[in-house]
Amino acid sequence: MLLIKNGRVLDPASKTDASLDILLDGERVAKVGANLSAPDAEVFDAKGLIVAPGFIDLHCHLREPGQELSETIVTGTRAAVRGGFTAVCCMPNTQPVNDTASVTSGIVERAAAAGSARVWPIGAASVGSKGEALAEIRAMKDAGIVAVSDDGKPIATARLVRQVMDYCNALGLLVIEHCEDASLAAGGVMREGPQSVRLGLKGIPAESESICAGRDVEVAALTGARLHIAHMSTRGSLEHVRAAKRRGLLVTCEVTPHHFTLIDEDVRYDPNYKMNPPLASRADRDALIEGLADGSVDAIATDHAPHHPGSKDVEFDRAPFGIIGFETALALGLSELVHSGRIPLMRLVKLFTTGPARVLGMERKIGAGEPADLTIFSTDLPWTFRAAESASKSRNTPFDGREFRGGPVATIVAGRIVGRRPLEARAGD
Amino acid sequence: MLQRLQHVLAIETLSPEQILFILDQSKPFQEFQRHPLKKLATLRGKTVALAFFESSTRTRISFATAAARLGADTMNLQAESSSLKKGESLIDTVRTLEAMRPDGIVIRHSSSGAPEFVAERLGVPVINAGDGMHEHPTQALLDALTIRDRKGKLEGWNVTILGDILHSRVARSNMHLLGKFGARITLCGPAMWMPAELEALAPGTRRVPRIEEALDGADVIIVLRVQTERIHEPALAAEEYILGYQLTAERLRLAQPDALVLHPGPMIRGLEIDPVVADGPQCGVLEQVTNGLAVRMALLYHLTGGAPVDAPHPAKERSNAAD
Repeated sequence: MLLIKNGRVLDPASKTDASLDILLDGERVAKVGANLSAPDAEVFDAKGLIVAPGFIDLHCHLREPGQELSETIVTGTRAAVRGGFTAVCCMPNTQPVNDTASVTSGIVERAAAAGSARVWPIGAASVGSKGEALAEIRAMKDAGIVAVSDDGKPIATARLVRQVMDYCNALGLLVIEHCEDASLAAGGVMREGPQSVRLGLKGIPAESESICAGRDVEVAALTGARLHIAHMSTRGSLEHVRAAKRRGLLVTCEVTPHHFTLIDEDVRYDPNYKMNPPLASRADRDALIEGLADGSVDAIATDHAPHHPGSKDVEFDRAPFGIIGFETALALGLSELVHSGRIPLMRLVKLFTTGPARVLGMERKIGAGEPADLTIFSTDLPWTFRAAESASKSRNTPFDGREFRGGPVATIVAGRIVGRRPLEARAGD
Repeated sequence: MLQRLQHVLAIETLSPEQILFILDQSKPFQEFQRHPLKKLATLRGKTVALAFFESSTRTRISFATAAARLGADTMNLQAESSSLKKGESLIDTVRTLEAMRPDGIVIRHSSSGAPEFVAERLGVPVINAGDGMHEHPTQALLDALTIRDRKGKLEGWNVTILGDILHSRVARSNMHLLGKFGARITLCGPAMWMPAELEALAPGTRRVPRIEEALDGADVIIVLRVQTERIHEPALAAEEYILGYQLTAERLRLAQPDALVLHPGPMIRGLEIDPVVADGPQCGVLEQVTNGLAVRMALLYHLTGGAPVDAPHPAKERSNAAD
């Protein structure tokens, strides 16, 4: 038994914001209340800390199987729990692609053996994510996938999107789309705009994303399927999502910490600033923050995309897209969204918990009988992120050396403390 | 007191004072090209690595000749070389070159930012000999030297740049340089190669779709090569380009009578420029080539020579002849 005492419990599902104790018994929550006592329980003193439902990351790349030089399920989930995530959804673009039940089962088994964050795999929509035939979606569902996606690229054609959506709808599965019009984006390495022109880097216009988002929303309307837009980065895509929600369609979306923190003007000839979708214009970034504030955006997802140092230490236009993101996500949310006064703390918690859970068709709350998954964090302890100390196998981040106020302190999965961040300032209290 | 130049990676980050210093230092080297014996001992014992990851004839020969005339040795790495074909990374290749202890590295690369990437990682002066669609600083410097010679000053001209501006590193470097000296810059070319964002590169830049309007009153005309190897969009038919944007003798008459025509080369006669204009008295192409040697000698001298910025100029020292 584990008793979490004196924390400020924030639970978006019940709109709880109170100083409460939580008693965990095995893998479940036993009791929530004021001044609980349990003589046999180990006590975690959460005084001055926030206790939230366990964070869920809808979008990450764990690189296993096949790309273990960059990350493994063991290192990736260790980084996840250091970042406060109790469950992470891993994209299928591994080698081989997660397009069969055997690959899915392998991921599930390795994650269970790793014993830190829960891993909820996302299966490929098409065989090899090649955009031709449907993958073995039903078998993957039986093996544990929570959604399908051809992430890294969109499902190739509107016709195939329709077939995937119809099929997944019948199975109750979510379809996640990486929205990008390949012909507009072709060869591009950063967002098209004044900075791409100045740096002489081939630009990707914002419309490359919104055109594809528009297509997918229309097909979602046609099929009635659940559509989730991954790593949304433009106002145009956000408008499609807003319009879809007004129409009553089952359309949701996520935004990454780097897209609400950085903009195209920050891009230098440093491949740690190269991601897909690319960093957006200031106006688009501001629109994303509006969407996070007004509820149009359902979740913050990391798009944690490890690449081993050798692959990133190359010319900008030859480097792969993506950055690691687990360990900086909450701290960026606190500094860029909460401390800056743009959204209340409760909404930030929602974007990491009930928000992503509902995208997946689940509930997430703190209450007796619920899974004992909790994220305990500070809103004010100062710390510095050092890429060299990351639990990930990779170091590709533009946030190395960034100073933060607040971040994850302890991550509890199935009643066990699996992640403890060495927030240096904790030693002082 | 002017600071010693560490690298020359871009015109954008050079100050007007640094640019004028380089031009002034180029001047005696320019005269030096007319000497019967064109070799100094200034950089004797120094080695310059010429790392041309993208194929180049003119710029490579110009740098090699500039180094030779200063008495330096050169190490050559060419795009066709085997290590690049075997997939060695840029950083490993340049670290290998660095281990041979050159005193400076000249880099041409098809990736924008590659020289800066190298400069941040090595302890050797780096000169950018053209990177992707980003900059070609020595081209802009030799253009500036040519403009100053021909027209008596560098400041305040109406400069028209013709062609594929978006994909041109020459255009970017020239816009940055001439923009620092009060030029009014007019860009003219097919609309898809001339996005509005270009106007932010230099103050007083405008885009004009019609060549007749763009040439009206021009003092300097920079004709760009149509760079088929860097164009991702479907190519424009040559006839269409000629019809709209070729600098013909007739169109040239719309400019100032003494307008100077420049071209970074290699020139495709009959495509972007009418042969009559290319061979005409207003065309400064061959001076550009000679001035390129002078500018590159000045940069190699100052970046690899280790002399203080106010040292006596080597081309003026009679005792400096090589043996």
